[in-house]
Amino acid sequence: MGKYYVTIGLEMHCEVSETKSKVFSSAKNEYTETPNSNIRPLDMGFPGTLPVVNKEAVRMSLMMSEILNCRQPEYMYFERKNYYYPDMPKNYQITQNPPEDCVGMNGYIDIEREDGSTFRVGINNIHLEEDAASMDHLYDTSVIDYNRAGVPLLELVTEPCIHSAEDAVSFLEYIRAIYQYCGISEADSKKGQIRCDVNVSISDDENTLGTKVEMKNVNSFGGVFGAIQYEIKRQSELKDADRYDEVEQETRRWDEESGTTIRMRSKVDAEDYKYFVEPNIPKFKITKEWLEEIRKSIPELPYERKAKYMSEYGLSAYDAGILIKDINTANYFEKCISLGSDAKMAANWITGNILGYTYKHEIEIQDLYLTPERLNVIISSIQDGKISSKQAKELFFMVLEREDEPENIMKSEGMQQISDDGAIVSVVTEVLDENSEQIEQYKNGKTNMFDYFVGQVMKKTRGQANPVKVKETLTNELSKR
Amino acid sequence: MKYMGLSITELHEKLKNGEVTSEELVKESLELSHDAQEKCNAFVTILDDTKGGEVTDDLLSGIPFGVKDNYSTKGVLSTGSSNTLNDYVPFFDATAYDNLKKRGAIMVNKAAGDEFGLGGTGTTAHTGVQRNPWNTDHMCAGSSSGSAAAVAAGVYPYALGSDTGDSIRKPAGFCGIVGYKPTYGMISRYGLFPFASSLDHCGVLTRYVRDAAIVVDAMKGIDELDMTSWDSSHIHLNDDLTDDVKGKKLFYIKELCDLDNYPNADEELTAHLNNFHETLKKCESLGMTVDGVHIDQALIRAIPSVYQVISCAEATSNLSNLTGLIFGPRGEGDNYIEMMKDHRTKGFSPLIKRRLIIGSYVLQTENQERYFKNAQRARRLIVDAIKEQFKNYDAMISPVGTGPAKLIDGSKEMLKDDTLALEDQLQIGNFGGFPSITIPNGFVSNLPVGINITGNCYEDQLVLNIAYALESAMEYKGQIAKEVK
Repeated sequence: MGKYYVTIGLEMHCEVSETKSKVFSSAKNEYTETPNSNIRPLDMGFPGTLPVVNKEAVRMSLMMSEILNCRQPEYMYFERKNYYYPDMPKNYQITQNPPEDCVGMNGYIDIEREDGSTFRVGINNIHLEEDAASMDHLYDTSVIDYNRAGVPLLELVTEPCIHSAEDAVSFLEYIRAIYQYCGISEADSKKGQIRCDVNVSISDDENTLGTKVEMKNVNSFGGVFGAIQYEIKRQSELKDADRYDEVEQETRRWDEESGTTIRMRSKVDAEDYKYFVEPNIPKFKITKEWLEEIRKSIPELPYERKAKYMSEYGLSAYDAGILIKDINTANYFEKCISLGSDAKMAANWITGNILGYTYKHEIEIQDLYLTPERLNVIISSIQDGKISSKQAKELFFMVLEREDEPENIMKSEGMQQISDDGAIVSVVTEVLDENSEQIEQYKNGKTNMFDYFVGQVMKKTRGQANPVKVKETLTNELSKR
Repeated sequence: MKYMGLSITELHEKLKNGEVTSEELVKESLELSHDAQEKCNAFVTILDDTKGGEVTDDLLSGIPFGVKDNYSTKGVLSTGSSNTLNDYVPFFDATAYDNLKKRGAIMVNKAAGDEFGLGGTGTTAHTGVQRNPWNTDHMCAGSSSGSAAAVAAGVYPYALGSDTGDSIRKPAGFCGIVGYKPTYGMISRYGLFPFASSLDHCGVLTRYVRDAAIVVDAMKGIDELDMTSWDSSHIHLNDDLTDDVKGKKLFYIKELCDLDNYPNADEELTAHLNNFHETLKKCESLGMTVDGVHIDQALIRAIPSVYQVISCAEATSNLSNLTGLIFGPRGEGDNYIEMMKDHRTKGFSPLIKRRLIIGSYVLQTENQERYFKNAQRARRLIVDAIKEQFKNYDAMISPVGTGPAKLIDGSKEMLKDDTLALEDQLQIGNFGGFPSITIPNGFVSNLPVGINITGNCYEDQLVLNIAYALESAMEYKGQIAKEVK
């Protein structure tokens, strides 16, 4: 592995989840566990029904097209892709058919790696279409849920210009973040809102092209990473063994369980979809004014926030990069800032304990009991010297476990850092009075006795004394003796 | 027959002054429906339980009418005259029908026609052949054959039809009545079972031009369920109907309408074209001018093929929702593919299967450029050539078909090549989405023949006015079929 030049192309399907209704029907566009509850006659292909384009879905698509530096069409129209399959009751899908005009053509986007370097991904096209129904194949039956049929779907197709599994995932993560930041989609792969097709080929160098193998319907970024790694290995081993002719232009699927890809069909018998322009949707002009209006409404994008976190709050590229990956994390962070939390402390808490906790417990940061308000109580308690950082960490977990206010827990647990001068002086005096021998040794030059005194004070206060204050007072009191 | 032979305005007046009730009209219409069913096999469903309705100031209130069975009607069997939907009862109404229902119009039956509108003969409905009420040995033409037969037989003053090639205007001609399809998008197609979406039109068959204006006034309107519909609220076809057509300029296509193009013309074609030219003289007597113009012969000859390619291609896709899995009778088989095949094999008539195969063929990647894309280009050229004429003329006038209705038993004879374009030229109206109306203009071989007026898009009023004036200048206005056999 590693000796061949790897070329990867991606097709990323993302459901547009944030429109009120579906892309061509008035059924609700809403994720629900109740099958076949969000459907209108069109979604089941009843005779005489007609598609009506959802303008909001078109607006969101054009925004994505602009963000990806694509060319937008002068006129918008759709095409029929004809095929028989039970997940598509009309037996044609209304879609767009690049290189015919679609919402976005010939764009690019620059992606930042974790190490700070960047790479550019060419966007062949992005087009708007309707999703199919979802199917479950049981032992001897298949069940169909038409809730998903007609949900707007954006398909983004990159040029074959990515050269590692890591870069592929960085790209996908960033595009997902854009969908979320722009309020276009939750882009939640657990809800099946993101599906990827991955093309992988290997060659001796960048001037030659290998045989392209496609993996269909990879449903997670982890899967994309695994599928690419596996394919590079599989193809490389065949090439190493002089059996590269066994690498076929074919469609495979990623098998999560075995961590391998499995052949589905050869590309040679690809279906003829008999595309033609959808006659029920008149071509409509995309005006410059509308495009400009959409451009102006593009919200702050992830990399813009990242740059801001670095320049304004002095965060490292690494930390800022983690914060912006998910809009909810970024929003959580910004809420902390607006509440007055120290930016670096907030960032450390989020990238460390909080994301660790949400990952471990599989919950969303916005659903966490520990809201930015509660985190802010913890952070300011540290800053005010009320609690030590060790106490803070204990408090953090107690808040999450007990679902109680941090103030209450601090009270009930007696978590109070002793910073009161009088109290500390009296404990210090007590310790010094009990250790006259040790004072003697200290005075005779055994300066490490100082730490011993600190330890004794902390022991007496069960760790609640403010160590800075303790040291100050000790120095002071020792000098008097 | 007491009332159903009257016009909508006459019926409305009698309903308003209490001379007759809606209940009585419905009863009469239902009785006549059964007569027409026996004689012409005009209907898929006769709604015997229909009650009379309230009579309001709306001209259509309380008056019975018929609906072609390819309109979706809530709670009423809607088969499209196809076995693939022989048990389908929709749960929503077509917009055009709903618009009439809201005005108090009363549907009494669902009329048969060629399967899903794909046919010009009225011989392919799953319920059998529709017969011409003037002579039951002859066909009605199609596809709105049942609607045309019923209106011609005097079952009611009007019935809804659909028109993809000439499916309202040809049967109107063969049955001696009025058939009008307005500009594309004036009437919403929502709920009309699609045949070829870019060519499909809703429309109406009546016995009076004014009735056509009244009904389309009611059916039309922008519909949020049909993106191709447009706002016509400023158009009032009935209110603005006038027979003052002095100075209007008509043209006809010499390559199609002059007898000397057809050296082998039979008696009927000769009589039909002579009659057409007689009608042109009537137009002139009304103060209009009529010119014969030349249109590129190649374009004219391309009309039937262009229609065949585009309509079949769109139909292949439009009808692919008919699988028997979600609606329609389920096919048999071990898996969904077999079930679907069984449903479609049993459900479709041979004619439709042939067209679906043509449609599939012309859309295949390797054929698409040569057939489908070229047909679309030719369609554009034909429309442009006609629109060029509309710069100088108000409307085009043409004979309907090559003569009167053909014999049902002779329908399998191939049409003669040199008259094919004449037979199919009303398809120009579908290519361009032009408003187009057929009215009766005489008899050939004791059977009615018709003449057609077609205008530029959105010129519906003008087209209707010309037809209205011409109708009044001839003696066929409001005629009801008198069986000649």
